[in-house]
Amino acid sequence: MALPSTTLAGLGAALARGALSSVELTREVLARAGAAQPALNAFVTLDADGALAAARAADESRAAGRAGPLTGVPIAHKDVLMTAGLRTTCSSRMLANFTAPYDAHVVDALKRAGTVLVGKTNMDEFAMGSSNETSYFGPVRNPWNPAYVPGGSSGGSAAAVAARIVPAATGTDTGGSIRQPASLSGICGLKPTYGLCSRYGLIAFASSLDTPGMFAQTAEDCALMLNAMAGHDPRDATSLPRPREDYTRELGQPLAGLRIGLPREYFGDGTDLDVAAAVDAAIAEYRKLGATTVDIALPAVKLSVPVYYVIAPAEASSNLSRFDGVRYGHRAAGYADLLDMYKKSRAEGFGAEVKRRILVGTYVLSHGYYDAYYLKAQKVRRLIADDFQRAFAQCDVIAGPTAPSAAFEFGAKSDDPVQMYLNDIFTIAGNLTGVPGISIPCGFTRGGLPIGLQLQANYFREAQLLGVAHGLQQATDWHARVPAAYGVQR
Amino acid sequence: MNARWEVVIGLETHAQLSTAAKIFSGASTAFGAAPNTQAAAVDIALPGVLPVLNRGAVERAIRFGLAVGGTIAPSSVFARKNYFYPDLPKGYQISQYEIPVVQGGTVTITTPAGEKTVRLTRAHLEEDAGKSLHEDFHGMTGIDLNRAGTPLLEIVSEPDLRSAEEAVAYARTLHALVRWIGICDGNMQEGSFRCDANVSVRPAGSTTLGTRAEIKNLNSFRFLERAIQFEVRRQVELIEDGGKVVQETRLYDPDRDETRSMRSKEDAQDYRYFPDPDLPPLVIDAAWIARVKASMPELPAAKKARFESQYALASADAAHVSASPELAAYYESAVAALPAGIANGPKLVANWMQGELAASLHRADLDIAQSPVGAAALGGLIARIADQTISGKLAKDVFDAMWAGEGDADAIIAARGLRQISDTGAIDALIDGVLAANPAIVAEFHAGKEKAFNALVGKVMAASKGKANPAQVNAALRSKL
Repeated sequence: MALPSTTLAGLGAALARGALSSVELTREVLARAGAAQPALNAFVTLDADGALAAARAADESRAAGRAGPLTGVPIAHKDVLMTAGLRTTCSSRMLANFTAPYDAHVVDALKRAGTVLVGKTNMDEFAMGSSNETSYFGPVRNPWNPAYVPGGSSGGSAAAVAARIVPAATGTDTGGSIRQPASLSGICGLKPTYGLCSRYGLIAFASSLDTPGMFAQTAEDCALMLNAMAGHDPRDATSLPRPREDYTRELGQPLAGLRIGLPREYFGDGTDLDVAAAVDAAIAEYRKLGATTVDIALPAVKLSVPVYYVIAPAEASSNLSRFDGVRYGHRAAGYADLLDMYKKSRAEGFGAEVKRRILVGTYVLSHGYYDAYYLKAQKVRRLIADDFQRAFAQCDVIAGPTAPSAAFEFGAKSDDPVQMYLNDIFTIAGNLTGVPGISIPCGFTRGGLPIGLQLQANYFREAQLLGVAHGLQQATDWHARVPAAYGVQR
Repeated sequence: MNARWEVVIGLETHAQLSTAAKIFSGASTAFGAAPNTQAAAVDIALPGVLPVLNRGAVERAIRFGLAVGGTIAPSSVFARKNYFYPDLPKGYQISQYEIPVVQGGTVTITTPAGEKTVRLTRAHLEEDAGKSLHEDFHGMTGIDLNRAGTPLLEIVSEPDLRSAEEAVAYARTLHALVRWIGICDGNMQEGSFRCDANVSVRPAGSTTLGTRAEIKNLNSFRFLERAIQFEVRRQVELIEDGGKVVQETRLYDPDRDETRSMRSKEDAQDYRYFPDPDLPPLVIDAAWIARVKASMPELPAAKKARFESQYALASADAAHVSASPELAAYYESAVAALPAGIANGPKLVANWMQGELAASLHRADLDIAQSPVGAAALGGLIARIADQTISGKLAKDVFDAMWAGEGDADAIIAARGLRQISDTGAIDALIDGVLAANPAIVAEFHAGKEKAFNALVGKVMAASKGKANPAQVNAALRSKL
């Protein structure tokens, strides 16, 4: 079935004018998801019954005159978010048969906004990875080329949006897990300010870095999603009490006078030439739109990868202790005693990358090493945040490549964790500091793989960030390009 | 105790804070519910849940800090103490580590040698773990998470205590204090107040500390005393036999009255403490402290001092009637019920509370708050003693009648015709009758036997059925003889 649109705003408008019903739309989304599943493996769980029931309820609400911009629109949630009554796995054997008893805050918020949940998307196990190769349920493939990774850890959400299965999907970003797969899959991905969207019900990887966000085709759609997802939640002590905002309010604002900071550290060696060229072209486009550029320095950012790989594993080693086989989750079939039960259950339940990070995190927190690693890393984290505040005194947004390269082939980096970790070199600082960032499509490599431009703004400047992203999308059509295999029907 | 050795003791006391909900979840803290019925998603540590600090627990910590004169930290930090155990659902306990909410402070205890000030190191907030039940399930262990997340204040003393008796005096004082300021119900059977004792010995005169053993989970004052006494003997004997005390954790076995090694320092776990990223630093501003301060009750020491000066009570009397908020409230209500101008009324109330009332409550196994004779009623009785309506002796009968529910003092005096006879004519008539009927005793008196006088007084009192004013009887009899 051809759809009148594939964007959130377009589908919302089509539903509003009665061009189709939510049930019809949801059936089509389920059909597309099912058809693409063998090729992409984007979903861990599809919930046809639940989705159609929600779609019927949405149609009834609309008939009763109660409909918002998202009512009846099908979306997908990353399988790191708790969904009441629905399997929630974190793409781990540990939770392969775990049914969540409650909804995460952002899941609940989007449900209350009327969205229809069609399924849970595949991801790197416990959100640890940049390629989606660590999932217990097998890797997700890139819709632009199935030999390539979609990025990670939110690879299933990115692939589902890129393949035009769902108009939007949630993700979580701990070191780049929304922005990097958005870049590698040719779509938009927003990581909001830390504390803007509640982490309640997000299965924790690294609590001080984990940030719920979303994928969509356009900045406008990201704004519509954020309008539903943002807001104070008393169940999360790190959720900030702030007045509600309309994140669409700066869409279409002229960009004349916008100051774009270009950190020299983002434009050096190590970045693929095609990526650098596409990012330069996007910045040239912004200049045409009236923006000015200013050279800035973020000297401490070069330390962000080592700092991240101390702090994130440290928090993970503690956060993942609850998966002990005692109350829920995987428990080994046979064991001699308590210690043996812990060892076998966790050895069987966790994959190699998760174990690697638990071991690293346990080491850096251990007696005698804490000061040298964890405490030192927290001090450097502060220096990185200071760099960003100095930069934002000179510019409104910071621009650069989202990732140093486009998508890579399966297996290319999986034997070398450091090379894999360096793929997040431009995104990690956003998590260490908490500032918002968005990746938007800005071109393609000569091999036909998408390239992402990262824009970052100061804390709580999401409306501005989305306005700036929208400006480029009004002037270019990179975001509207569809992978060949998924572009035949609208 | 062997005079060549000095005992050094510090206590770590866990006081369960009297909040209705847990420290990081909304689940109830009530004791005794069916297993796992008071465990919320946060207490079970379901994936994705987050802790939210209960401000009621913080307020209780502030109350404690104010009561002991400690410093309330403007910003304190919750850390994670990581270890695996089945009744620790998250795999870590949230506890304040480097920066506790209360720093310093003192507790004054009374010892046979006089008052002694015990310094506190700190008091910090933390959550309790659940319970492992090994007995009820053959070959298996049951886990009850009702207690998981219960708020605790861990109060750590400096090693200022020098004997088991001082340790008990300190624990009792602390126990009274936390109940007094309403932050802990003090129920030791239910584990609401329990102590760990760090015990070491050193040669008398030495200024360096000996190696300590920590005795865990002492939930009665008697166990605390006996465990320390045993441990001191064990350490002294060990050293005198040429051995060395090793740093270790020990458990007290009340059935065998001994401590046993639980784990040595070598087995000590690395808890990998780090600040909990789910909880921002706990910020307590001056306004919050001021609000708590305004709601603080008068503290025990201040109340005792005020009773001594305001009611002219001796130190021991003041200590007794101010031993708990309930006793003090009863005392002040009874005194307030006295008519004006009774000079020794407050002293009489104190005497009666320590005498008849305490004995009756003890016999009936009742608390002061459950006393059938209320404070105003006791005041009414004492007013009749003070104005000489009845004698002290008859007053005890009246008190018993009041206890039995026969009404207030005036009603009972009237109903039983107990009003004291103070009429001079009536007393003279009684005396004349007794003298006429007992010439032999009168003769003995005149022969110099003073005892005979007391016998005559007794006869007069008996003739009046106990109602004659004894002082008047004495005086009139003496003049007639």
